[in-house]
Amino acid sequence: MTDHAGHDDGHGHHEELGFWRKYVFSVDHKVIGIQYAITGLLFLFFGFCLMMLMRWQLAFPGSPLPVIGGLLSRGMPGGIMLPEFYNELGAMHGTIMVFLGVVPLAVGGFGNFVLPLQIGAPDMAFPRLNMASYWSFFLGGAVMFASFFLPQGAAQSGWTSYPPLSNIAPSGQTAWLIGMIFLITSSLLGSVNFIVTTIQLRVKGLSFFRLPFFVWSQFVTAFLLLLAFPPLEAAGVMQLMDRLAGTSFFMPDGLVVSGNALEVSGGGSPILWQHLFWFLAHPEVYVLILPALGIVAEIVANNTRKPLWGYKSMVYAVVALGFLSFIVWAHHMFLTGMGTIMSAFFQTTTMIISIPSVIILTALILSLWGGSIRFNTPMLFALAFLPMFGIGGLTGLPLGLTAADIHLHDTYYVIGHFHYVVAPGTIFALFAGVYYWYPKATGRRMSEVLGKLHFWPSFFFMNGIFFPMLIQGMAGMSRRMYDGGMTYAHNESVLWLNKVISFSAWGLALAQIPFVLNFFLSLRKPKEAGANPWLATTIEWAAPSPPGHGNFAEVPVAYRGPYEYSVPGDAEDYTPQFDPASARTS
Amino acid sequence: MASAHSIDDVIPYTVAPREDTGLNNVKLGIWLFLASEVMLFGALFAGYLLLRVGATDWPEGRTYLSVPWAFTNTLVLISSSVTMVMAWASLIRKDLGKYRLWMGLTVLGGFGFLIIKYIEYSSKFHHGYFPETNTFLAIYFTLTALHGLHVISGMAVNGYLLGPGTKMWQTEPQRFTNRVEAAGLFWHFVDLVWIFLFPILYLL
Ligand code: HEM
Ligand SMILES: [Cu+2]
Repeated sequence: MTDHAGHDDGHGHHEELGFWRKYVFSVDHKVIGIQYAITGLLFLFFGFCLMMLMRWQLAFPGSPLPVIGGLLSRGMPGGIMLPEFYNELGAMHGTIMVFLGVVPLAVGGFGNFVLPLQIGAPDMAFPRLNMASYWSFFLGGAVMFASFFLPQGAAQSGWTSYPPLSNIAPSGQTAWLIGMIFLITSSLLGSVNFIVTTIQLRVKGLSFFRLPFFVWSQFVTAFLLLLAFPPLEAAGVMQLMDRLAGTSFFMPDGLVVSGNALEVSGGGSPILWQHLFWFLAHPEVYVLILPALGIVAEIVANNTRKPLWGYKSMVYAVVALGFLSFIVWAHHMFLTGMGTIMSAFFQTTTMIISIPSVIILTALILSLWGGSIRFNTPMLFALAFLPMFGIGGLTGLPLGLTAADIHLHDTYYVIGHFHYVVAPGTIFALFAGVYYWYPKATGRRMSEVLGKLHFWPSFFFMNGIFFPMLIQGMAGMSRRMYDGGMTYAHNESVLWLNKVISFSAWGLALAQIPFVLNFFLSLRKPKEAGANPWLATTIEWAAPSPPGHGNFAEVPVAYRGPYEYSVPGDAEDYTPQFDPASARTS
Repeated sequence: MASAHSIDDVIPYTVAPREDTGLNNVKLGIWLFLASEVMLFGALFAGYLLLRVGATDWPEGRTYLSVPWAFTNTLVLISSSVTMVMAWASLIRKDLGKYRLWMGLTVLGGFGFLIIKYIEYSSKFHHGYFPETNTFLAIYFTLTALHGLHVISGMAVNGYLLGPGTKMWQTEPQRFTNRVEAAGLFWHFVDLVWIFLFPILYLL
């Protein structure tokens, strides 16, 4: 529990590794975590840039984009966006945000860096697999990124890649599939590692019900990645076969393209793809949200100086979520004509799965009750997460009800709904996590002033982007519209919102400047954060900041549950898990 | 504490089992990996089912495929699973020579399987049966090719444990035995997948 400066002492001397082994091909979970986090942040920024381009076209359909438009001559000749290019941007925005941005940052970054520290482990169970997982992810990202430079550009069939359109799309789709196979391999290696680490490397005294909620969230997430991704891999292989070997897995009989009958054997089923895709992609949305809930739980407990309200129910709820998320997938397919019995089943499971989500959110909100809250930057982001995720979740219920979904399906309402979950929801939680664990990773604190300058405008613009989308969607505006819905008379009354959304999106970009400054400028401060700057209870704060090779100066022991804040009779308002009680009573 | 040359030296339970779980890391890891493999092949089998149920007519496997060859291959693969167990058992009995023999036979079994598969594939191509011919052949080629890739990966691992990997026996015999056990579990899984593929594709 002390601020050991010479953190290498604990493990004797080890060989000094060269630059490449230490920072690039490292097997240390902390380095890999930071690699994941930084790559993820860069991809988030890239995916955001794609979206800002799209928002130009939506706000000012058909007008040439000054300066930047001139640089993108393939997709924007004369600065005017081609419809195909809009489709590329949309498909790749979704793909990149989900698979190359949020998941790598939330799971690869925070999971890798924090989880072993929170369970008192020296590293992940399989350090070399961990490195392989990062590099497989990196290759997948490189393939996705490079696909923009193919003659006909990147994939343009949406992040869902529905056949038959995706089967007959240009070569960017093949790159997408190959990229996905790398990403799936990466998450497979990662998830095995996370599960084994959590089960095997918990330090003495750290029983399952003493695990921080963050560890639980990562643990369940890892199971989702392990079991839900392979079906998408299977589907990806089948789509590759369709595209490269001429098979007809997803090609129905009698398909006519541009007036010509396609020369394929037919007999396949486009719906099969949808089933396999959503079998992954529904659990995937929990992969996007559970780590965020984990981060928020840590920060809420720490800054209310109170134990989490209903920790055990939260654990049961997150496990239930994990199981249930495998039997709701077809709520994305109500309008495929799959029949009322199937629809009724998936509608029911969808309503049931909302219960554990509500339990977790309620527990977090009740945790605030009566706390003496510290409003630092991580806490602001964590607090904002709660209502934003709440809106995202509640707007999802009508989509899960078959009758309401007929009206809302494939409109901007859907876009607004899930972005409330993943953007002001998950992204805020991820920012909270960056501010919270930055001192652990670097030994330095980030600036509170810049942090608040980052938070308030971001909060404002996020809602400026996504709330109008709900309104547009309810008016009936379809998603994936190249012209922003102009051609449809029923959209007329909500078209002006396109400009509100776009200006908010660009405003959101400006609001990230304080974050970038903060991130880099804080690196130049002196290392004076100390081992436990937030006066927190979980085990990662026993390690020096930043932790050295092998993490802990001496192997910690867990003496109690994870959130013993304000224990009556204790001298201070926090009793760390790793502190023998006798040392503390006054 | 000894100097940490390799990161493995500081990670607990790489070799010995943890008391409360009864497992070492490798064993738990390989079981989890196999669970994901079950999902991979399970999805393909589900795809097969959906396509077949939706098809107006579906050929009997026999019309395109050779049951005798596939049956032989089933025997080859099952035998190689047996030799794999023997290889592992020889290590338990600390008999490296026997281990080499059995492991060699296992790798050989893999080769045998691939050769027969090659004969089968080329006769299909020769008759003008390709993946694009119809959905049955599409799923046949996809499933067997994916399975074939698993056979090749298993052989690569086994080959490594037979060749350069054996060095570990001198320094860390228990760890080496665990590795062989894990490779064996994978090899049995590959065998098991074939036992499902054979009736589904060739007989039903
Ligand atoms: C914060 C800034 C963001 C903005 C302004 C934004 C905006 C948008 C818009 C306007 C669309 C609809 C495009 C269309 O239908 O034509 C869209 C689609 C999408 N977004 Fe975002 N988004 C943001 C962040 C995210 C994040 C963080 C994620 C995921 C974690 C995400 C995932 C998706 C997905 C999956 C789609 C669907 C793509 C498709 O239609 O195939 N977005 N986004
Ligand atoms: Cu869903």
